[in-house]
Amino acid sequence: MQPSTLTILGYMLTSISFMFGIQLLRSPKTARTGNRVAAVGMLLVLGITAALINGTSNWPLIVPVIAVGTVIGALSARTVRMTAMPQMVALFNGMGGGSAALIAAADFRSAVDSGTASPDITWAIMLSCLIGSVSFAGSLIAFAKLQELMPGRPLTYPLQKAVNAVLLAAIVAIGVYLTVTTQPLSTNLVHDYAPLHFAVSLLFPIFLGLCVALGVLFVVPIGGADMPVIISLLNSFTGLAAAMTGFVLSNDVLIVSGALVGASGTILTQLMSKAMNRSLFNVLFGAFGSKVEATGGAAAEGGTVHPTTVEDVAALLAYASLVIFVPGYGMAVARAQHDVKELADELERRGVSVEYAIHPVAGRMPGHMNVLLAEANVPYPQLKEMDAVNPDFPRADVAVVIGANDVVNPAARNQANSPIYGMPILNVDEAKTVVVLKRSMATGFAGVDNPLFYKPNALMLFGDARSSISELLAEVKRQ
Amino acid sequence: MSRGETLALGAFIFSLAVFVGFLLISKVPTMLHTPLMSGTNFIHGIVLVGALTVAATAHDTLGYLIAVAAVLLGTLNVVGGWVVTDRMLEMFKGRRSGDGRANPPAAAGDPPRADH
Repeated sequence: MQPSTLTILGYMLTSISFMFGIQLLRSPKTARTGNRVAAVGMLLVLGITAALINGTSNWPLIVPVIAVGTVIGALSARTVRMTAMPQMVALFNGMGGGSAALIAAADFRSAVDSGTASPDITWAIMLSCLIGSVSFAGSLIAFAKLQELMPGRPLTYPLQKAVNAVLLAAIVAIGVYLTVTTQPLSTNLVHDYAPLHFAVSLLFPIFLGLCVALGVLFVVPIGGADMPVIISLLNSFTGLAAAMTGFVLSNDVLIVSGALVGASGTILTQLMSKAMNRSLFNVLFGAFGSKVEATGGAAAEGGTVHPTTVEDVAALLAYASLVIFVPGYGMAVARAQHDVKELADELERRGVSVEYAIHPVAGRMPGHMNVLLAEANVPYPQLKEMDAVNPDFPRADVAVVIGANDVVNPAARNQANSPIYGMPILNVDEAKTVVVLKRSMATGFAGVDNPLFYKPNALMLFGDARSSISELLAEVKRQ
Repeated sequence: MSRGETLALGAFIFSLAVFVGFLLISKVPTMLHTPLMSGTNFIHGIVLVGALTVAATAHDTLGYLIAVAAVLLGTLNVVGGWVVTDRMLEMFKGRRSGDGRANPPAAAGDPPRADH
Protein backbone atom coordinates (compact mmCIF):
# COMPACT_ATOMS: atom_id res chain seq x y z
CA MET A 1 0.00 0.00 0.00
CA GLN A 2 1.36 3.37 -0.99
CA PRO A 3 1.31 5.93 1.86
CA SER A 4 -0.41 9.22 1.19
CA THR A 5 1.45 12.52 0.81
CA LEU A 6 0.26 13.67 4.22
CA THR A 7 1.50 10.44 5.81
CA ILE A 8 4.93 10.83 4.24
CA LEU A 9 5.17 14.43 5.46
CA GLY A 10 4.18 13.28 8.95
CA TYR A 11 6.86 10.59 8.85
CA MET A 12 9.33 13.27 7.82
CA LEU A 13 8.40 15.48 10.79
CA THR A 14 8.77 12.50 13.13
CA SER A 15 12.19 11.64 11.72
CA ILE A 16 13.31 15.26 12.12
CA SER A 17 12.03 15.38 15.70
CA PHE A 18 14.01 12.24 16.56
CA MET A 19 17.23 13.59 15.02
CA PHE A 20 16.74 16.98 16.66
CA GLY A 21 15.88 15.28 19.95
CA ILE A 22 19.13 13.29 19.94
CA GLN A 23 21.01 16.47 19.04
CA LEU A 24 19.50 18.22 22.09
CA LEU A 25 20.27 15.20 24.31
CA ARG A 26 23.96 15.91 23.87
CA SER A 27 24.03 18.82 26.32
CA PRO A 28 22.88 18.75 29.96
CA LYS A 29 21.02 22.04 29.53
CA THR A 30 18.86 20.96 26.61
CA ALA A 31 18.68 17.21 27.22
CA ARG A 32 15.26 17.20 28.84
CA THR A 33 13.83 19.31 26.03
CA GLY A 34 15.38 16.85 23.58
CA ASN A 35 13.53 13.97 25.16
CA ARG A 36 10.28 15.94 24.89
CA VAL A 37 10.89 16.86 21.27
CA ALA A 38 11.34 13.16 20.51
CA ALA A 39 8.12 12.42 22.41
CA VAL A 40 6.19 14.85 20.18
CA GLY A 41 7.49 12.99 17.13
CA MET A 42 6.45 9.68 18.67
CA LEU A 43 2.92 10.91 19.42
CA LEU A 44 2.64 12.22 15.86
CA VAL A 45 3.68 8.94 14.26
CA LEU A 46 1.42 6.92 16.56
CA GLY A 47 -1.45 9.23 15.65
CA ILE A 48 -0.75 8.75 11.95
CA THR A 49 -0.61 4.98 12.42
CA ALA A 50 -3.90 4.97 14.31
CA ALA A 51 -5.46 6.90 11.42
CA LEU A 52 -4.02 4.47 8.88
CA ILE A 53 -5.40 1.38 10.62
CA ASN A 54 -8.63 3.14 11.48
CA GLY A 55 -10.76 0.63 9.59
CA THR A 56 -9.62 -2.41 11.55
CA SER A 57 -12.09 -4.35 13.64
CA ASN A 58 -9.33 -5.21 16.13
CA TRP A 59 -9.55 -1.98 18.18
CA PRO A 60 -11.25 -3.76 21.11
CA LEU A 61 -8.11 -5.90 21.24
CA ILE A 62 -5.55 -3.13 20.73
CA VAL A 63 -6.83 -0.37 23.02
CA PRO A 64 -6.88 -2.33 26.30
CA VAL A 65 -3.40 -3.71 25.59
CA ILE A 66 -2.03 -0.20 25.02
CA ALA A 67 -3.74 1.00 28.20
CA VAL A 68 -2.30 -1.84 30.26
CA GLY A 69 1.17 -1.36 28.75
CA THR A 70 1.08 2.37 29.44
CA VAL A 71 0.10 1.92 33.06
CA ILE A 72 2.64 -0.82 33.75
CA GLY A 73 5.42 0.99 31.86
CA ALA A 74 4.82 4.37 33.50
CA LEU A 75 4.35 2.98 37.00
CA SER A 76 7.40 0.73 36.96
CA ALA A 77 9.60 3.43 35.43
CA ARG A 78 8.32 6.01 37.96
CA THR A 79 8.67 3.93 41.08
CA VAL A 80 12.00 2.21 40.50
CA ARG A 81 14.92 3.51 42.53
CA MET A 82 17.58 5.56 40.73
CA THR A 83 20.14 2.85 41.39
CA ALA A 84 18.03 0.40 39.42
CA MET A 85 17.81 2.60 36.33
CA PRO A 86 20.39 0.65 34.30
CA GLN A 87 18.42 -2.57 34.47
CA MET A 88 15.21 -0.71 33.65
CA VAL A 89 16.81 0.55 30.44
CA ALA A 90 17.83 -3.03 29.68
CA LEU A 91 14.32 -4.31 30.40
CA PHE A 92 12.51 -1.77 28.20
CA ASN A 93 15.09 -2.30 25.49
CA GLY A 94 14.38 -6.02 25.55
CA MET A 95 10.65 -5.28 25.20
CA GLY A 96 11.35 -3.36 21.98
CA GLY A 97 13.49 -6.19 20.62
CA GLY A 98 10.81 -8.76 21.42
CA SER A 99 8.18 -6.60 19.77
CA ALA A 100 10.27 -6.34 16.58
CA ALA A 101 10.76 -10.11 16.45
CA LEU A 102 7.02 -10.72 16.96
CA ILE A 103 6.08 -8.23 14.24
CA ALA A 104 8.36 -10.04 11.80
CA ALA A 105 6.96 -13.41 12.89
CA ALA A 106 3.39 -12.22 12.36
CA ASP A 107 4.24 -10.88 8.92
CA PHE A 108 5.98 -14.13 7.99
CA ARG A 109 2.92 -16.15 8.98
CA SER A 110 0.54 -14.09 6.91
CA ALA A 111 2.95 -13.99 3.95
CA VAL A 112 3.35 -17.77 3.97
CA ASP A 113 -0.37 -18.38 4.48
CA SER A 114 -1.36 -16.09 1.65
CA GLY A 115 1.42 -17.41 -0.57
CA THR A 116 2.86 -13.95 -1.08
CA ALA A 117 6.19 -14.54 0.68
CA SER A 118 9.12 -13.38 -1.36
CA PRO A 119 12.86 -13.41 -0.73
CA ASP A 120 13.13 -9.63 -1.10
CA ILE A 121 11.03 -9.26 2.07
CA THR A 122 11.83 -12.52 3.84
CA TRP A 123 15.50 -11.62 4.35
CA ALA A 124 14.38 -8.65 6.44
CA ILE A 125 11.92 -10.85 8.36
CA MET A 126 14.69 -13.28 9.24
CA LEU A 127 17.08 -10.49 10.28
CA SER A 128 14.39 -8.78 12.34
CA CYS A 129 13.61 -12.05 14.12
CA LEU A 130 17.28 -12.78 14.72
CA ILE A 131 18.34 -9.34 15.96
CA GLY A 132 15.10 -8.73 17.85
CA SER A 133 15.21 -12.09 19.66
CA VAL A 134 18.88 -11.72 20.57
CA SER A 135 18.14 -8.26 21.93
CA PHE A 136 15.07 -9.52 23.82
CA ALA A 137 16.76 -12.52 25.45
CA GLY A 138 20.08 -10.75 25.98
CA SER A 139 18.43 -7.76 27.63
CA LEU A 140 16.47 -9.99 29.99
CA ILE A 141 19.71 -11.71 31.03
CA ALA A 142 21.39 -8.31 31.48
CA PHE A 143 18.41 -7.26 33.61
CA ALA A 144 18.62 -10.45 35.68
CA LYS A 145 22.35 -9.96 36.25
CA LEU A 146 22.04 -6.32 37.33
CA GLN A 147 18.97 -7.04 39.46
CA GLU A 148 20.99 -9.84 41.02
CA LEU A 149 18.39 -12.44 40.12
CA MET A 150 21.31 -14.41 38.73
CA PRO A 151 25.05 -14.19 39.47
CA GLY A 152 26.69 -11.09 37.95
CA ARG A 153 29.89 -13.01 37.43
CA PRO A 154 30.60 -14.30 33.95
CA LEU A 155 29.28 -17.85 33.53
CA THR A 156 31.67 -19.80 31.39
CA TYR A 157 31.78 -23.41 30.26
CA PRO A 158 34.03 -25.37 27.92
CA LEU A 159 33.72 -24.77 24.19
CA GLN A 160 31.53 -21.72 24.83
CA LYS A 161 32.64 -19.86 21.74
CA ALA A 162 32.38 -22.98 19.60
CA VAL A 163 28.82 -23.60 20.81
CA ASN A 164 27.83 -20.01 20.02
CA ALA A 165 29.48 -20.21 16.60
CA VAL A 166 27.64 -23.45 15.75
CA LEU A 167 24.39 -21.93 16.98
CA LEU A 168 24.87 -18.83 14.85
CA ALA A 169 25.79 -20.97 11.83
CA ALA A 170 22.62 -23.04 12.29
CA ILE A 171 20.53 -19.87 12.56
CA VAL A 172 22.05 -18.41 9.40
CA ALA A 173 21.55 -21.70 7.53
CA ILE A 174 17.88 -21.97 8.52
CA GLY A 175 17.34 -18.27 7.82
CA VAL A 176 18.82 -18.52 4.35
CA TYR A 177 16.88 -21.72 3.65
CA LEU A 178 13.59 -20.13 4.70
CA THR A 179 14.38 -17.03 2.66
CA VAL A 180 15.05 -18.86 -0.59
CA THR A 181 12.29 -21.49 -0.25
CA THR A 182 9.45 -19.09 0.49
CA GLN A 183 9.01 -17.97 -3.10
CA PRO A 184 5.69 -16.58 -4.32
CA LEU A 185 3.08 -19.15 -5.28
CA SER A 186 3.65 -18.86 -8.99
CA THR A 187 7.28 -19.95 -8.84
CA ASN A 188 7.43 -22.40 -5.96
CA LEU A 189 3.89 -23.35 -4.98
CA VAL A 190 4.79 -23.30 -1.28
CA HIS A 191 1.17 -22.99 -0.41
CA ASP A 192 0.11 -26.14 -2.16
CA TYR A 193 3.19 -28.22 -1.63
CA ALA A 194 2.39 -29.71 1.76
CA PRO A 195 5.82 -31.09 2.82
CA LEU A 196 7.50 -27.76 2.10
CA HIS A 197 4.76 -25.84 3.85
CA PHE A 198 5.20 -28.12 6.82
CA ALA A 199 8.96 -27.54 6.79
CA VAL A 200 8.40 -23.80 6.81
CA SER A 201 5.89 -23.85 9.64
CA LEU A 202 8.04 -26.24 11.66
CA LEU A 203 11.41 -24.70 10.87
CA PHE A 204 10.38 -21.14 11.64
CA PRO A 205 9.56 -21.75 15.34
CA ILE A 206 12.86 -23.65 15.64
CA PHE A 207 14.59 -20.68 14.04
CA LEU A 208 13.01 -18.33 16.60
CA GLY A 209 13.94 -20.64 19.48
CA LEU A 210 17.56 -20.80 18.38
CA CYS A 211 17.69 -16.99 18.10
CA VAL A 212 16.43 -16.62 21.68
CA ALA A 213 18.96 -19.23 22.85
CA LEU A 214 21.74 -17.29 21.11
CA GLY A 215 20.70 -14.12 22.92
CA VAL A 216 20.91 -15.90 26.27
CA LEU A 217 24.24 -17.59 25.57
CA PHE A 218 25.67 -14.37 24.16
CA VAL A 219 25.18 -12.38 27.38
CA VAL A 220 25.60 -15.11 30.02
CA PRO A 221 29.43 -15.18 29.80
CA ILE A 222 29.70 -11.41 30.17
CA GLY A 223 30.45 -10.01 33.62
CA GLY A 224 28.25 -7.52 35.43
CA ALA A 225 30.90 -4.80 35.18
CA ASP A 226 30.55 -4.82 31.40
CA MET A 227 26.75 -4.71 31.40
CA PRO A 228 26.53 -1.00 30.48
CA VAL A 229 28.43 -1.68 27.28
CA ILE A 230 26.27 -4.70 26.56
CA ILE A 231 23.03 -2.83 27.21
CA SER A 232 24.20 -0.10 24.86
CA LEU A 233 25.06 -2.71 22.23
CA LEU A 234 21.69 -4.46 22.62
CA ASN A 235 20.06 -1.04 22.39
CA SER A 236 21.60 -0.52 18.96
CA PHE A 237 20.54 -4.09 18.06
CA THR A 238 16.93 -3.23 18.83
CA GLY A 239 17.31 -0.13 16.66
CA LEU A 240 18.50 -2.32 13.80
CA ALA A 241 15.67 -4.78 14.37
CA ALA A 242 13.20 -1.88 14.20
CA ALA A 243 14.77 -0.78 10.91
CA MET A 244 14.36 -4.34 9.58
CA THR A 245 10.67 -4.34 10.49
CA GLY A 246 10.56 -1.11 8.48
CA PHE A 247 11.79 -3.09 5.46
CA VAL A 248 9.28 -5.85 6.22
CA LEU A 249 6.33 -3.46 6.41
CA SER A 250 7.69 -0.99 3.80
CA ASN A 251 7.50 1.73 6.43
CA ASP A 252 10.08 4.47 5.93
CA VAL A 253 9.74 6.07 9.36
CA LEU A 254 10.62 2.74 10.99
CA ILE A 255 13.64 2.40 8.74
CA VAL A 256 14.89 5.91 9.51
CA SER A 257 14.33 5.77 13.28
CA GLY A 258 15.72 2.26 13.60
CA ALA A 259 18.83 3.08 11.57
CA LEU A 260 19.32 6.24 13.60
CA VAL A 261 19.28 4.32 16.87
CA GLY A 262 21.32 1.46 15.44
CA ALA A 263 24.08 3.79 14.30
CA SER A 264 24.15 6.13 17.28
CA GLY A 265 23.97 3.15 19.63
CA THR A 266 27.00 1.60 17.96
CA ILE A 267 29.05 4.77 18.41
CA LEU A 268 27.86 5.11 22.00
CA THR A 269 28.89 1.50 22.65
CA GLN A 270 32.36 2.26 21.33
CA LEU A 271 32.64 5.41 23.47
CA MET A 272 31.68 3.38 26.54
CA SER A 273 34.18 0.60 25.95
CA LYS A 274 36.83 3.21 25.20
CA ALA A 275 36.11 4.80 28.58
CA MET A 276 37.08 1.44 30.11
CA ASN A 277 40.10 1.16 27.83
CA ARG A 278 38.71 -2.09 26.47
CA SER A 279 37.95 -3.08 22.95
CA LEU A 280 34.40 -4.15 22.22
CA PHE A 281 35.78 -7.50 21.12
CA ASN A 282 37.40 -7.95 24.52
CA VAL A 283 34.15 -7.04 26.29
CA LEU A 284 32.20 -9.57 24.24
CA PHE A 285 34.59 -12.48 24.34
CA GLY A 286 36.98 -11.78 27.22
CA ALA A 287 34.75 -13.21 30.00
CA PHE A 288 36.12 -10.26 31.95
CA GLY A 289 36.24 -10.75 35.70
CA SER A 290 35.99 -14.52 35.68
CA LYS A 291 39.33 -14.76 37.45
CA VAL A 292 38.70 -14.56 41.16
CA GLU A 293 42.18 -15.25 42.50
CA ALA A 294 44.32 -12.39 43.78
CA THR A 295 46.62 -11.69 40.87
CA GLY A 296 49.89 -11.31 42.69
CA GLY A 297 48.59 -8.29 44.56
CA ALA A 298 49.72 -7.01 47.92
CA ALA A 299 47.42 -9.53 49.57
CA ALA A 300 49.55 -12.34 48.22
CA GLU A 301 52.62 -10.60 49.59
CA GLY A 302 51.15 -10.64 53.06
CA GLY A 303 50.05 -7.01 53.18
CA THR A 304 47.70 -5.85 55.92
CA VAL A 305 44.79 -3.47 55.86
CA HIS A 306 44.51 -0.58 58.32
CA PRO A 307 41.04 -0.27 59.80
CA THR A 308 40.25 3.16 61.15
CA THR A 309 37.56 4.94 63.17
CA VAL A 310 35.09 7.70 62.45
CA GLU A 311 36.87 10.00 64.92
CA ASP A 312 40.24 9.66 63.19
CA VAL A 313 38.80 10.26 59.75
CA ALA A 314 36.74 13.22 60.96
CA ALA A 315 39.90 14.86 62.32
CA LEU A 316 41.72 14.24 59.05
CA LEU A 317 38.86 15.78 57.09
CA ALA A 318 38.30 18.77 59.36
CA TYR A 319 41.90 19.92 59.16
CA ALA A 320 42.56 19.13 55.50
CA SER A 321 42.91 21.81 52.85
CA LEU A 322 41.79 19.68 49.91
CA VAL A 323 39.45 16.70 50.14
CA ILE A 324 38.49 14.69 47.07
CA PHE A 325 35.42 12.45 47.22
CA VAL A 326 35.50 9.43 44.94
CA PRO A 327 32.00 7.99 44.64
CA GLY A 328 31.27 4.54 43.28
CA TYR A 329 28.47 2.03 43.11
CA GLY A 330 28.55 1.62 46.90
CA MET A 331 27.39 5.22 47.25
CA ALA A 332 24.54 4.54 44.88
CA VAL A 333 23.47 1.41 46.75
CA ALA A 334 23.65 3.12 50.15
CA ARG A 335 21.91 6.19 48.67
CA ALA A 336 24.49 8.27 50.46
CA GLN A 337 24.71 11.12 47.95
CA HIS A 338 22.71 13.60 50.04
CA ASP A 339 24.78 12.81 53.14
CA VAL A 340 27.98 13.20 51.13
CA LYS A 341 26.78 16.59 49.95
CA GLU A 342 26.03 17.64 53.53
CA LEU A 343 29.45 16.53 54.69
CA ALA A 344 31.04 18.43 51.79
CA ASP A 345 29.04 21.57 52.73
CA GLU A 346 30.21 21.31 56.33
CA LEU A 347 33.83 20.91 55.21
CA GLU A 348 33.55 23.89 52.87
CA ARG A 349 32.11 25.93 55.70
CA ARG A 350 35.31 25.16 57.55
CA GLY A 351 37.40 26.36 54.60
CA VAL A 352 38.26 22.94 53.15
CA SER A 353 38.24 22.71 49.35
CA VAL A 354 36.12 19.87 48.11
CA GLU A 355 36.14 18.12 44.75
CA TYR A 356 34.39 15.04 43.40
CA ALA A 357 36.36 12.70 41.18
CA ILE A 358 34.10 11.05 38.64
CA HIS A 359 35.42 8.00 36.85
CA PRO A 360 33.72 7.54 33.50
CA VAL A 361 32.49 4.08 34.41
CA ALA A 362 31.97 4.50 38.16
CA GLY A 363 28.72 2.91 39.19
CA ARG A 364 26.84 0.68 36.83
CA MET A 365 26.70 3.02 33.88
CA PRO A 366 28.67 5.93 32.50
CA GLY A 367 27.25 9.08 34.03
CA HIS A 368 25.66 7.18 36.92
CA MET A 369 27.53 9.24 39.53
CA ASN A 370 26.79 12.54 37.83
CA VAL A 371 23.11 11.76 37.90
CA LEU A 372 23.12 10.89 41.59
CA LEU A 373 25.26 13.84 42.66
CA ALA A 374 23.20 16.21 40.55
CA GLU A 375 20.17 14.86 42.42
CA ALA A 376 21.90 15.92 45.66
CA ASN A 377 22.48 19.40 44.17
CA VAL A 378 26.25 19.15 43.99
CA PRO A 379 27.35 22.08 41.81
CA TYR A 380 28.70 21.06 38.39
CA PRO A 381 32.14 22.74 38.75
CA GLN A 382 32.96 20.43 41.67
CA LEU A 383 32.36 17.31 39.57
CA LYS A 384 35.67 16.61 37.91
CA GLU A 385 36.23 14.03 35.22
CA MET A 386 39.14 11.65 35.47
CA ASP A 387 41.69 13.53 33.37
CA ALA A 388 40.94 16.81 35.12
CA VAL A 389 41.13 15.45 38.65
CA ASN A 390 44.04 13.03 38.49
CA PRO A 391 46.69 15.84 38.68
CA ASP A 392 44.96 17.05 41.89
CA PHE A 393 45.44 13.86 43.91
CA PRO A 394 49.10 14.47 44.89
CA ARG A 395 48.11 17.73 46.62
CA ALA A 396 44.96 16.29 48.19
CA ASP A 397 45.17 15.66 51.92
CA VAL A 398 42.41 13.09 51.94
CA ALA A 399 40.80 11.10 49.16
CA VAL A 400 37.54 9.58 50.40
CA VAL A 401 36.60 6.51 48.36
CA ILE A 402 32.89 5.85 48.85
CA GLY A 403 32.03 2.39 47.65
CA ALA A 404 34.27 2.54 44.58
CA ASN A 405 36.65 -0.32 43.94
CA ASP A 406 37.75 -1.27 40.46
CA VAL A 407 38.01 2.34 39.26
CA VAL A 408 40.61 3.12 41.94
CA ASN A 409 42.52 -0.16 41.71
CA PRO A 410 46.23 0.57 41.14
CA ALA A 411 46.60 -2.94 39.71
CA ALA A 412 45.21 -1.45 36.51
CA ARG A 413 48.36 0.69 36.32
CA ASN A 414 51.12 -1.71 37.21
CA GLN A 415 50.08 -5.37 37.17
CA ALA A 416 50.20 -6.61 33.63
CA ASN A 417 48.57 -9.90 34.65
CA SER A 418 45.53 -8.23 36.20
CA PRO A 419 42.28 -8.54 34.24
CA ILE A 420 41.75 -4.80 34.54
CA TYR A 421 45.33 -3.92 33.53
CA GLY A 422 45.36 -0.88 31.26
CA MET A 423 42.02 0.54 32.40
CA PRO A 424 42.47 4.23 33.22
CA ILE A 425 41.89 4.73 36.93
CA LEU A 426 41.63 7.52 39.47
CA ASN A 427 45.04 7.74 41.15
CA VAL A 428 43.68 8.02 44.68
CA ASP A 429 46.76 6.32 46.12
CA GLU A 430 48.72 9.52 45.33
CA ALA A 431 46.76 11.44 47.95
CA LYS A 432 48.40 11.85 51.37
CA THR A 433 45.74 9.67 52.93
CA VAL A 434 43.13 7.51 51.29
CA VAL A 435 40.04 6.66 53.30
CA VAL A 436 38.10 3.76 51.87
CA LEU A 437 34.47 3.42 52.94
CA LYS A 438 33.49 -0.14 52.37
CA ARG A 439 31.04 -2.68 53.70
CA SER A 440 33.54 -5.54 53.73
CA MET A 441 36.72 -6.73 52.10
CA ALA A 442 34.75 -8.18 49.19
CA THR A 443 36.15 -7.62 45.75
CA GLY A 444 34.56 -5.20 43.30
CA PHE A 445 32.21 -6.05 40.47
CA ALA A 446 35.09 -7.20 38.32
CA GLY A 447 36.03 -9.74 41.01
CA VAL A 448 39.60 -8.47 41.20
CA ASP A 449 41.55 -8.01 44.43
CA ASN A 450 42.53 -4.40 45.15
CA PRO A 451 46.13 -3.72 46.29
CA LEU A 452 45.06 -0.17 47.23
CA PHE A 453 43.60 -1.46 50.49
CA TYR A 454 47.01 -2.73 51.62
CA LYS A 455 48.90 0.51 50.95
CA PRO A 456 50.40 2.22 54.01
CA ASN A 457 48.51 5.46 53.31
CA ALA A 458 45.15 3.69 52.97
CA LEU A 459 42.70 3.55 55.88
CA MET A 460 39.62 1.35 55.82
CA LEU A 461 36.39 2.59 57.36
CA PHE A 462 34.09 -0.42 57.34
CA GLY A 463 30.32 -0.09 57.44
CA ASP A 464 27.36 1.14 55.43
CA ALA A 465 28.45 4.18 53.42
CA ARG A 466 25.45 6.25 54.39
CA SER A 467 25.73 5.75 58.14
CA SER A 468 29.52 6.18 58.00
CA ILE A 469 29.12 9.51 56.20
CA SER A 470 26.46 10.79 58.59
CA GLU A 471 28.58 9.77 61.60
CA LEU A 472 31.51 11.57 59.99
CA LEU A 473 29.36 14.66 59.56
CA ALA A 474 28.35 14.64 63.22
CA GLU A 475 31.94 14.15 64.29
CA VAL A 476 33.33 16.88 62.00
CA LYS A 477 30.78 19.31 63.45
CA ARG A 478 32.13 18.45 66.90
CA GLN A 479 35.76 19.11 65.96
CA MET B 1 6.60 1.38 -7.22
CA SER B 2 7.86 -2.13 -7.77
CA ARG B 3 9.09 -4.18 -4.86
CA GLY B 4 12.66 -3.69 -6.00
CA GLU B 5 12.24 0.07 -6.09
CA THR B 6 10.68 0.15 -2.61
CA LEU B 7 13.57 -1.91 -1.31
CA ALA B 8 16.19 0.28 -2.99
CA LEU B 9 14.57 3.43 -1.66
CA GLY B 10 14.48 1.85 1.79
CA ALA B 11 18.19 1.04 1.55
CA PHE B 12 18.82 4.61 0.43
CA ILE B 13 17.16 6.26 3.43
CA PHE B 14 18.57 3.58 5.72
CA SER B 15 22.12 4.49 4.76
CA LEU B 16 21.45 8.21 5.14
CA ALA B 17 19.96 7.66 8.60
CA VAL B 18 22.94 5.53 9.62
CA PHE B 19 25.22 8.36 8.56
CA VAL B 20 23.23 10.91 10.56
CA GLY B 21 23.27 8.56 13.57
CA PHE B 22 27.05 8.30 13.42
CA LEU B 23 27.43 12.07 13.15
CA LEU B 24 25.04 12.84 15.99
CA ILE B 25 26.98 10.82 18.54
CA SER B 26 30.49 12.05 18.58
CA LYS B 27 32.08 13.83 21.51
CA VAL B 28 29.29 13.48 24.02
CA PRO B 29 30.20 14.21 27.66
CA THR B 30 30.44 10.95 29.63
CA MET B 31 27.74 12.02 32.05
CA LEU B 32 25.24 12.05 29.21
CA HIS B 33 26.05 8.57 27.91
CA THR B 34 23.37 6.93 30.03
CA PRO B 35 20.57 9.41 29.30
CA LEU B 36 21.50 9.27 25.61
CA MET B 37 21.30 5.51 25.61
CA SER B 38 18.00 5.71 27.40
CA GLY B 39 16.73 8.36 24.98
CA THR B 40 17.56 6.28 21.92
CA ASN B 41 16.01 3.32 23.76
CA PHE B 42 12.79 5.33 23.79
CA ILE B 43 13.11 6.18 20.09
CA HIS B 44 13.30 2.57 18.95
CA GLY B 45 10.01 2.13 20.77
CA ILE B 46 8.70 3.21 17.38
CA VAL B 47 8.39 -0.54 16.72
CA LEU B 48 4.99 0.04 18.29
CA VAL B 49 4.01 1.50 14.91
CA GLY B 50 4.88 -1.84 13.32
CA ALA B 51 3.10 -3.73 16.09
CA LEU B 52 -0.10 -1.71 15.52
CA THR B 53 0.12 -2.24 11.77
CA VAL B 54 0.39 -5.99 12.26
CA ALA B 55 -2.27 -6.07 14.99
CA ALA B 56 -4.75 -4.36 12.68
CA THR B 57 -4.71 -7.31 10.29
CA ALA B 58 -4.61 -10.17 12.82
CA HIS B 59 -7.47 -12.60 12.21
CA ASP B 60 -6.82 -15.94 13.94
CA THR B 61 -6.02 -17.04 17.49
CA LEU B 62 -2.24 -17.28 17.12
CA GLY B 63 -2.28 -14.02 15.17
CA TYR B 64 -4.18 -12.30 17.99
CA LEU B 65 -1.75 -13.67 20.56
CA ILE B 66 1.28 -12.45 18.63
CA ALA B 67 -0.37 -9.06 18.06
CA VAL B 68 -1.24 -8.61 21.74
CA ALA B 69 2.31 -9.49 22.79
CA ALA B 70 3.88 -7.23 20.17
CA VAL B 71 1.68 -4.24 21.05
CA LEU B 72 2.21 -4.78 24.78
CA LEU B 73 6.00 -5.01 24.47
CA GLY B 74 6.11 -2.03 22.11
CA THR B 75 3.99 0.09 24.47
CA LEU B 76 6.22 -0.83 27.41
CA ASN B 77 9.27 0.19 25.37
CA VAL B 78 7.77 3.56 24.43
CA VAL B 79 6.26 4.53 27.77
CA GLY B 80 8.88 3.02 30.07
CA GLY B 81 11.75 4.22 27.88
CA TRP B 82 10.48 7.77 27.91
CA VAL B 83 9.72 7.97 31.62
CA VAL B 84 13.10 6.48 32.58
CA THR B 85 14.90 9.01 30.38
CA ASP B 86 12.85 11.89 31.74
CA ARG B 87 13.58 10.84 35.31
CA MET B 88 17.30 10.68 34.62
CA LEU B 89 17.30 14.10 33.00
CA GLU B 90 15.23 15.57 35.80
CA MET B 91 18.33 15.09 37.95
CA PHE B 92 20.29 17.51 35.84
CA LYS B 93 18.00 20.43 36.41
CA GLY B 94 18.80 20.68 40.13
CA ARG B 95 21.25 23.56 40.36
CA ARG B 96 22.07 25.94 43.13
CA SER B 97 20.72 29.10 41.58
CA GLY B 98 16.98 29.51 41.87
CA ASP B 99 16.53 25.98 43.10
CA GLY B 100 13.10 26.13 44.63
CA ARG B 101 12.78 22.38 44.91
CA ALA B 102 12.91 21.06 48.43
CA ASN B 103 15.92 18.89 49.02
CA PRO B 104 15.16 15.23 49.62
CA PRO B 105 14.83 14.18 53.27
CA ALA B 106 18.51 13.86 54.13
CA ALA B 107 19.17 17.57 53.59
CA ALA B 108 15.86 18.81 54.93
CA GLY B 109 17.24 20.17 58.17
CA ASP B 110 20.12 21.90 56.46
CA PRO B 111 20.40 25.60 57.31
CA PRO B 112 20.53 27.93 54.32
CA ARG B 113 24.09 27.88 53.12
CA ALA B 114 26.22 30.74 51.93
CA ASP B 115 27.48 30.46 48.41
CA HIS B 116 31.20 30.32 48.10
